[in-house]
Formats: sequence, structure tokens, C-alpha cells
Amino acid sequence: MSLLKVENLAKNFGGVKAVNVLSFEVEAGSVFSIIGPNGAGKTTLFNLITGIYAPTNGTVTFDNQNVTGLASHVLARHGISRSFQNLQIFDNMTALENVMVGQHLHMDTRFLPSFLRLPGVVKGDARCRKHAIHLMEYVGLGDYVRAEADAMPYGALKRLEIARALASKPRLLLLDEPAAGLNPAETKAINNLILRIAADGISIVLVEHDMHLIWGVSDQVLVLDHGSMLAIGDSNEIRNNKAVIAAYLGQPVGEL
Amino acid sequence: MKFWRARRAGLLFMAIIVIVLPLFLQNSFHYDIAILIGLNAIVCVGLNLLIGYAGQISLGHAGFFALGAYFSAILTDSYEWPPLLALLTGAVAVGMLALIIARPILRLKGHYLAMGTLGMGIIISIVLNQEVDYTGGPDGMPVPSFTLLGWEPGGNFAWYWIVAVMLLVSVWLALNIIDSPVGRALRSLHGSELAAQTMGVDTLRYKAMIFVVSAVMASIAGSTFAHYAGFLTPVEGDFIRSIEFVTMVVLGGMASTFGAVIGAVILTLLPQLLAAFHDYEMMLHGAVLVGIMIFMRKGLVPSISSWFARRLK
Repeated sequence: MSLLKVENLAKNFGGVKAVNVLSFEVEAGSVFSIIGPNGAGKTTLFNLITGIYAPTNGTVTFDNQNVTGLASHVLARHGISRSFQNLQIFDNMTALENVMVGQHLHMDTRFLPSFLRLPGVVKGDARCRKHAIHLMEYVGLGDYVRAEADAMPYGALKRLEIARALASKPRLLLLDEPAAGLNPAETKAINNLILRIAADGISIVLVEHDMHLIWGVSDQVLVLDHGSMLAIGDSNEIRNNKAVIAAYLGQPVGEL
Repeated sequence: MKFWRARRAGLLFMAIIVIVLPLFLQNSFHYDIAILIGLNAIVCVGLNLLIGYAGQISLGHAGFFALGAYFSAILTDSYEWPPLLALLTGAVAVGMLALIIARPILRLKGHYLAMGTLGMGIIISIVLNQEVDYTGGPDGMPVPSFTLLGWEPGGNFAWYWIVAVMLLVSVWLALNIIDSPVGRALRSLHGSELAAQTMGVDTLRYKAMIFVVSAVMASIAGSTFAHYAGFLTPVEGDFIRSIEFVTMVVLGGMASTFGAVIGAVILTLLPQLLAAFHDYEMMLHGAVLVGIMIFMRKGLVPSISSWFARRLK
């Protein structure tokens, strides 16, 4: 059964067709990757699915509900969360508090009990803190539980975004270039983390330029070029697709 | 856990200072200054929630302060309402006004938000100056004394304790909200509005709510000031007063509740201390502010506490 269904989706910025009539489905529990050259429309597609842009045309269906054009904070309630290509860390807070914000939708957020710090709020915060520590350990940030977010290295912040997104208990997690700027060892760790999240039943949509990561985790790969679909299939099909090789992957050195 | 202890310790420390302070206040002029500090601090604690934590700006909060004051003045003087009822009515009315203004104005960002709130403050100020039938215009109007069930605070000593309790309650509420799901949501929209939305935070709703809360706190402080002073002029709602409030928050340290209080203490006290220098008063005043902003850019309290934290390591 498909969890996310995109039909005839299009987004124009003036005359530029950033996403040009795109349809695909993401199966529940799978890792769905999107690759393509810079400017192919990958991030725009992410922003359309997560409600940051409203599409010019087309529909997005999540779990059989039409969610086209809903605001980000409403989509979060449906169970869609994401990380960002350009880090969007709350750097005025501690690392742990960043993850605690991720649990926002599952907390008592009425103003009066918070102002009076009623026992329910104290208990909820203790639970929230405990779960946040658990999530930081889950993504491999156990050493940073007490850190200020603005004092953490880049690689750790990438994982912090994932922990924060997981805190909202999503059913669909969109990762925008989680391995960008990471060294091979860190990329390998992200690879394992993605497989682990998927094994825990969370569907993943992944945008990435690191091909080792793509081949390592993807159930399906969608190739975008100039806002349109160039190819879709599993890793093997995409790897051997002539059009994809010409547009993006390039020839292996031996065959030139 | 550590944070919780630090918070309780800070509040306790402040309570002790407030209790011990009267031993050092020698005359009613000293009490007068202490009371004005307390009222300014209440406004600043609320304003800091908006500026320091939620990352928004208001250059019109003196407008809310003055509106609260005039609600109390007009309702008790012209309509002979009980003062407490007038104060609460003023707070509710100012809260509703803030809520109506909040949605459109808080869609603005940065300089535009500053301009929007500035305009709002100036409009309030003009209304208070022009509605002579109600407010007495620039000449001001008298305010009846505060009475509650026949009790009337006699003199500055009683007012000191009223304001002290109000300030401690404000600080307690502010400390509570900051370390709660609501407070984290507020701080998150300061850090990254985009990510906050993705985490399910309805950012516009939170901005509006904290704008209303800070406006209501200013209104209550204003009402109290009106009864304490016994006479009210539109100067209280001036643009300059709004700037003073913001300066207090920034000077003491944004995103620090105790910083907001310290800012109010210094900027209320400084003109009095510098009065001895006569002609050079304004120059020294400016030099102190510029100096602090150059050498302690995060504001007094955060700069000093991080200096201590480094030393203790």
C-alpha cells in the first residue's frame, strides 16, 4: 500500500518550471531515494511535500488523505517530518532541548498549566527529557546530551536534526542530503542509521548525492532532471539505465 | 535538573534582596525609586519573553503600559469602579486589543515588525493626547487612590510591598513558562521558524500569544503605576518610554529573566546616580550604555554569568 502518493505535481517560479508534472508513489516502510543533478528540483519537491511551498498544480496524498498545500505544522500532525539541507538548528537552545521541541505535538502545550508549572507539566517534561536522551543515543549522540547546540560539530548537528525529526514520531521522514559534508566513516554511520529507522517501520524519502549511500539503502530510486522524471526503479535498474548515466551518473572510467 | 535548581535559587536570591532592601531605604524618595524600578521590571520581564526568548520586537509597549494606566484612571475616576475591577478590565481590554493587532503585525519580520509596533505605540499615544474629554489630554488627569475592601495602601512602604510581590510573581511565571513545552516552542521559533513549523509549532499562534501576555503584564504594571502616582499624563505612553523598556531588556541581557530585572534596575537608577554630575549627566549615561554594549554584547547578566562559568571550569 502506498503511504505517499504524488500526482501531476508541478511548481513554477515565474517562467521556471522547477517541478514539472511529476507522479510517483512511496510504499509504506520503504526507503525512497531521489537523485539528480543540482537544480533538478529535488529540494523544491521536498518543500512541496512538507508544505513550505504550495504547488502550482497537482495533488499530494498521504495515507489516503489529500494534504496538498497544507501548512508545515499541520503536516507534522499528519506524521510527516524532515531534516534540512542547510541546517536549521535551534542554536539558542541545548542539543537536548532541540530534540525536546521535536516532541511538541505530543506535549501539553496549553499556556496556563505551563505558566503555573502544574504537576502534569513537570511530569510531561521529565518524560520528554528521557525520551529525548533516548533518541540522541539512538542516533549516536549520547556524548552530546549536555551540549549547547551552537557548540556542536557539523556532523553531529546533521544527526541532531534526524533525532529532532524522529521525536515528532513521524510515519514519513524526509532527509535532505543527510551525508553532505560528512567523511566516509560518518556517511557509513548515517547509512546504518537510515536502515535502522526504516527497519523500525518509518518510511523514508531521501535526497542525496553520495551514491554509495543511495545504493546502500534504497528500495526505489527516482531520478529527476530539469524538474521531470528521468527514470524510476530499484538500484540495479537505475545504475544501468543509459539515460541516467548520460544525465547524471557518468560512464565508469574503463568504458570511456 | 540542574536548570531547575538554578531557577529556584535565582528566585530565592531575588526574594531575599527584595525583603532585605527596605533596611537600606532611608526615605520616601528611595522608596519611590524602588517602586518605579519594580514597575519597570515587571514590564521588562514580560517584554523579554517577547524579545529575548521568542525573538520578536515591540517598540510600542509603553502604549500598553499607558493604556492600562488610563483604563484604571478613567474607570475609577469618571465611573467610580472598584480599582481592582478596573485594573482587571484594563488588562482584559489591552489583551484583546493586543490579540487583534498581533495576527497582522506579527506576520512582519525584523525592521518591518519594529516599524509596525512603533506605529501602534504612536497611535495609542496620539489617542491619549487627543481624547481630552476622557483623558484630560496633555494636562493629564488625577487618579483616585487604590482601595480594596476598604483597605488603602498608606504611603510608599505599603506600595513597595505590593510592587515587590507583583514583581516576584511575574519573575516566577516567566521562569516557569521558559522551561515548559510552550517556552521551548517560543525559543525554537527564535532559532529557526522553518524548523519550528516542521516540528508542528504553529508559529504565528505562539507569537500572538506571547505578544498578548507581555501586553497584559505592561497593562497591569501601568494600572498599578496610575494608582501609585495619583496623577497621569500621556508622557507615560510616549515613544521614548517604549525605547527605554527595550533598552532595559537589551542592556540586562536578552533571553535572561533576571537580566531584564537588572536592566530595569540600572536604567531607572542611573539617571538618579548621575544627577550629581549636572551638565555631564546625559553624556555619562550614554557612555555607560555604549560601553556595556561594546564590551558585553550579550547584555550584562549573560556576559557575566558565562564569564563566571569559564572561571569555575
